[in-house]
Amino acid sequence: MELLAHFSHVVAVFLMVAGLYVVMARGNLIKKLVGLSVFQTSVYLLYIAPGKLIGGTAPILAPQYGLYSNPLPHVLILTAIVVGVATLALGLALAVRIREAYGSIEEDEIIAADNAAEEARP
Amino acid sequence: MSLSAHLPALQVVLPLLSAPLAVLLRHGGFACAVVTAGAWAAFAAAVGLWLQAGEVGVVSYHIGSWAPPWGIEYRVDRLASFVLLLVSGTAAIVLPYSRASIEREIPREQHYLYYAMFGLCLAGLLGITITGDAFNIFVFLEISSLSTYVLIALGRDRRALAAAYRYLIMGTIGATFIVIGIGFLYLMTGTLNLADMAERLRDVESSRAVLAALAFLTVGISLKLALFPLHQWLPNAYTHAPSAVTAFLAATATKVSVYVLIRFWYSVFGESLVYVELPLPRIMLLLSLAAMFAASFTAIFQDNLKRLFAYSSVGQIGYITLGLSFDSIDGLTASIVHLFNHGVTKAALFLLIGGMVIGLAKSGTVPPAPTFDRLAGLAKRMPLTCFGIVIAGLSLIGVPGTAGFVSKWYLIVAALEKEQFWLVGAILLSSLLAVAYVWRFVEVAYFKPAAEGTTRREAPLGLLIPAWLLVIATIWFGLDTSFTVGTAAEAAQQLVRVGK
Repeated sequence: MELLAHFSHVVAVFLMVAGLYVVMARGNLIKKLVGLSVFQTSVYLLYIAPGKLIGGTAPILAPQYGLYSNPLPHVLILTAIVVGVATLALGLALAVRIREAYGSIEEDEIIAADNAAEEARP
Repeated sequence: MSLSAHLPALQVVLPLLSAPLAVLLRHGGFACAVVTAGAWAAFAAAVGLWLQAGEVGVVSYHIGSWAPPWGIEYRVDRLASFVLLLVSGTAAIVLPYSRASIEREIPREQHYLYYAMFGLCLAGLLGITITGDAFNIFVFLEISSLSTYVLIALGRDRRALAAAYRYLIMGTIGATFIVIGIGFLYLMTGTLNLADMAERLRDVESSRAVLAALAFLTVGISLKLALFPLHQWLPNAYTHAPSAVTAFLAATATKVSVYVLIRFWYSVFGESLVYVELPLPRIMLLLSLAAMFAASFTAIFQDNLKRLFAYSSVGQIGYITLGLSFDSIDGLTASIVHLFNHGVTKAALFLLIGGMVIGLAKSGTVPPAPTFDRLAGLAKRMPLTCFGIVIAGLSLIGVPGTAGFVSKWYLIVAALEKEQFWLVGAILLSSLLAVAYVWRFVEVAYFKPAAEGTTRREAPLGLLIPAWLLVIATIWFGLDTSFTVGTAAEAAQQLVRVGK
């Protein structure tokens, strides 16, 4: 019961940890970005869920509505989504450039290429 | 309403406007003029705000006349005005320098984008400093971070791309941690205004959610400020970014993050929560010591001069956070002074190195990396540049007469006040490591024979003058401490008074 009562938080925390794990455990630059996006999205849930009241409406001043959901978290997260999209776009653009420069998007191959170049330098 | 009443808004809006203008102009020269004008205007605004904050204590500006806590408030106290001066001042010096520096480092058709990104980064950093709204901090943080990733990726070496990508991943994790922290605080207090939040936190203090918020914020901000084990993004990013970008970031980006940490610790959570409920000071002390020793030690063995000083930056950040771990006004003062002094010193160093690599390159070619094998006998070829690097290096060590000495002096005073005598030894010992890495440069540049037929060929004047301005500033702030220490002491007192 305890778990179900905090259902939204459980989901958010699961996504958060899963996303962070993907970022750390995967060597593929695109997969890392996928993990990063999941991680960021979990925070959106963390903000939005507490702002919603079951049965609440948008804050419209009218006699027939008495229960309002807090609109502020949604507005904040709208900004955070824009930031997340920009970050993802920039990350993907960098991945494309890295692929052009290194011919690979695997982290270990990139590090190996850097080390080889370092040793080849006289 | 006179113009001076709107200085807080102008402080951020002017550089923010200059960025899209630079993109619309699509011409390197015009873009440079516009963004430089924006930065100088921001510097003028920062001076104005510094004077205003000196008179009235705290300048509060309500965006769109919406009264806080509903509207967004811009709030300039002593500390904010000090950091604003550092950030806008560095930008005002680095931008004119950029013109000659990026000529060789960035393809010409991308110049206007460089200036646009620089303008955005500056606006973001100033915004973080000036805003009194928690979520606004996050938004400005992302504005400055995203533009920073692009600026780093503009480096010619392909490793710049990998460095930018790595910084993007770590920086975003840090920023997301900060959002989680702010989210918890918002859930607990129902407000985003920092001053209002601090007041409401007193009623819910030390509930688990508040402690979690403190932990998330501290870790997230520590990632951004490159606190020792979280500094992995920094060395590569500083090494491979264009010279002007390295100088600007080293002087401002990590320093603004330190500012955010001080802001949250002192102005929002308050001393009692940070220093009594959690073992944060002890953790901070250990990590700072680790940074001072491990990072400075790593710096000694670097082959690339830029990389060497990047590691030295991590070590110097250790001194700044060390001051925070004391929980005393003296410690906080030392932190704030070192934040400023180190910013000026590192900007001078990286600007000189930027001039040096251009002097090393044959005309029209991409400047090489400043590795030690290329620097042999450099003092014959570029005496002024090398002399400047030595002076800035002395400031990193903390030799009397330079800015670095002043901040280390106050750190030692703070340690003595807490009767931590072994810490005094640790500070002196870690300074010896700085002697070692600065000596490596001196040995190679002054005592190794130069190649046959070396003639004197300084870095271009357009690069030398801004760099030497900062070198002179390092000496100036070492001799006349009334501005730096005076402002920092006032800021520390203001912070502690409010935090109580």
